Amino acid sequence: MAQRVTTSRKIINTLAAWLVGFIIFFPILWMVLASFKTELEAFAMPPSFLFFDWTTENYSIVQERSDYLHHAMNSVIIAGGSTLIAMLIAIPAAWSMAFAPSHRTKDILLWMLSTKMMPSVGVLVPIYLIFRDFGLLDSRAGLVFILCLGNLPIVVWMLFTYFKEIPKDILEAARMDGATTLKELVYVLTPMAIPGLASTLLLNVILAWNEAFWTLNLTTSEAAPLTTFIASYSSPEGLFWAKLSAASTLAIAPILVLGWFSQKQLVRGLTFGAVK
Amino acid sequence: MGSITLKGVRKSFGAHDIIKGADLEIKDGSFVVFVGPSGCGKTTLLRMIAGLEDVSGGAIMIDGANVVDVPPAKRGLSMVFQSYALYPHMSVRGNIAFGLKMAGLPKAEIDKKVEDAAAILNLTNYLERKPRELSGGQRQRVAIGRAIVREPKAFLFDEPLSNLDAALRVQMRLELTRLQRQLGTTAIYVTHDQVEAMTMADQIVVLSAGKIEQSGSPLDLYERPDNLFVAGFIGSPKMNFITGRLAEEKGAKTIGIRPEHLGVNKQSQGWVGKVAVAEHLGADTFLYVDVPEIGTPTARCSGEMAVKVGDSVGLVPDETRLHRFDGDGKAIR
Repeated sequence: MAQRVTTSRKIINTLAAWLVGFIIFFPILWMVLASFKTELEAFAMPPSFLFFDWTTENYSIVQERSDYLHHAMNSVIIAGGSTLIAMLIAIPAAWSMAFAPSHRTKDILLWMLSTKMMPSVGVLVPIYLIFRDFGLLDSRAGLVFILCLGNLPIVVWMLFTYFKEIPKDILEAARMDGATTLKELVYVLTPMAIPGLASTLLLNVILAWNEAFWTLNLTTSEAAPLTTFIASYSSPEGLFWAKLSAASTLAIAPILVLGWFSQKQLVRGLTFGAVK
Repeated sequence: MGSITLKGVRKSFGAHDIIKGADLEIKDGSFVVFVGPSGCGKTTLLRMIAGLEDVSGGAIMIDGANVVDVPPAKRGLSMVFQSYALYPHMSVRGNIAFGLKMAGLPKAEIDKKVEDAAAILNLTNYLERKPRELSGGQRQRVAIGRAIVREPKAFLFDEPLSNLDAALRVQMRLELTRLQRQLGTTAIYVTHDQVEAMTMADQIVVLSAGKIEQSGSPLDLYERPDNLFVAGFIGSPKMNFITGRLAEEKGAKTIGIRPEHLGVNKQSQGWVGKVAVAEHLGADTFLYVDVPEIGTPTARCSGEMAVKVGDSVGLVPDETRLHRFDGDGKAIR
């Protein structure tokens, strides 16, 4: 009897999980479907779900009108570049805060996090003026710079919590075994920290990829990443649902594929600190 | 070679002294145990010898050279940690070989040494496993293997057996002692367990509140404790301390007598009292006897002696085994 209850429980739980999953996934599915419709069908009432004339013309129009590959390349450079630079700065910073903390370390960490509490729009004007004066407007270097600064507190925090989980004893054991600081880093710390490094890297690529505020405000065409590319489809001339959907699908496709192959790392990254 | 000398070694955090000037002579090849209650500074002192903690003052000499400014990697010591601290991403072979790899030995030589160490420690069949696939005792052996394979000047053990169950602890205690004798390498062993200290050591160093209270052979400390702290810490059950008139009659502030030196009789000779608690261990029975004017001294008698709670017994101290202490807790001899 008891066995039966758990079985039906299991079925209900599974169904509920699938339902919630489907609700969350639905907007993305709808967007993908809409990208294969004609503009007319895209906002037809009642909406057609699967039975419509599938067309790929939206995609060719989108590629023709605004060069997808150009924007995608910008996105890769900006997301990848800002993440790599942030990691290069954050690894030694988090390392020293985790393994050689001073009595100010906690304060510094909190101060860094507090910068994330400020709404970005609050510093838009000064940053815009700085960018203008330094000739950084609509440049990839400028975006790499600003996104790197924006994500740095999160990267440092994530790495700090990962490093803190590594028992100090093991590093001391390596030191007793005759390892120099460099060898200790290469042979002991890095292999143990790889899961943490990987999930931090992934999460920050995604954050930078999706970042819209700075990319929209500081670029026009030359350095414009995919966010700008999508935004260009909601224009004063009116909304083109099907084309907007096609552009959005193209914009999220790379990150979706990346996410699919790194699910495990991502879950660990998103729940960092929460579960031990 | 591995003689270690401490000269006025101090450690302080701000105004707070953790180690208050330790002087100690450790002979090459001896097995030295640091023992004391938790928080007495024994682990700190060990880590200072290892080089994992800075020294605030004094000198640490290894084979005559002051190593205070030498990093841990260059001191030629190896350490076994309480948590074992194995490298989780390396196999047993990788763990044991790590130190040799760092020293840049040729691969063939490393393999030979690792296999020899594994054979001594019964790890041959586990060389390719990861630490998480091993039991507690096996992990302990790997940690020891990692220490011996480098042929260090001295082994440092930081409470290495405290994570093992009681039966395994006794077995590992024997194996460790035998291994150390066989290798003839100096060993410093930290523990809070005075039984471990008594059974393993050539020389025991008793610490309390950052100070070396006494150092000597186990029987030396048992028979001739320098002060009240050492007298109370070494020996199980604890030494009985008696103050007041009885002590004054002997010309001391406090007198001490070990439970095993109190003769128990049923003829009401000596100090007469009622048995409050009787612990029957089989071979021995420990009696806690309420004696007016004295307190509740512990006495040890043969397990064959039929004594129950509430019985009236007499306790006769062995006068030659009486310890006398002055007002500062120092032994009067």
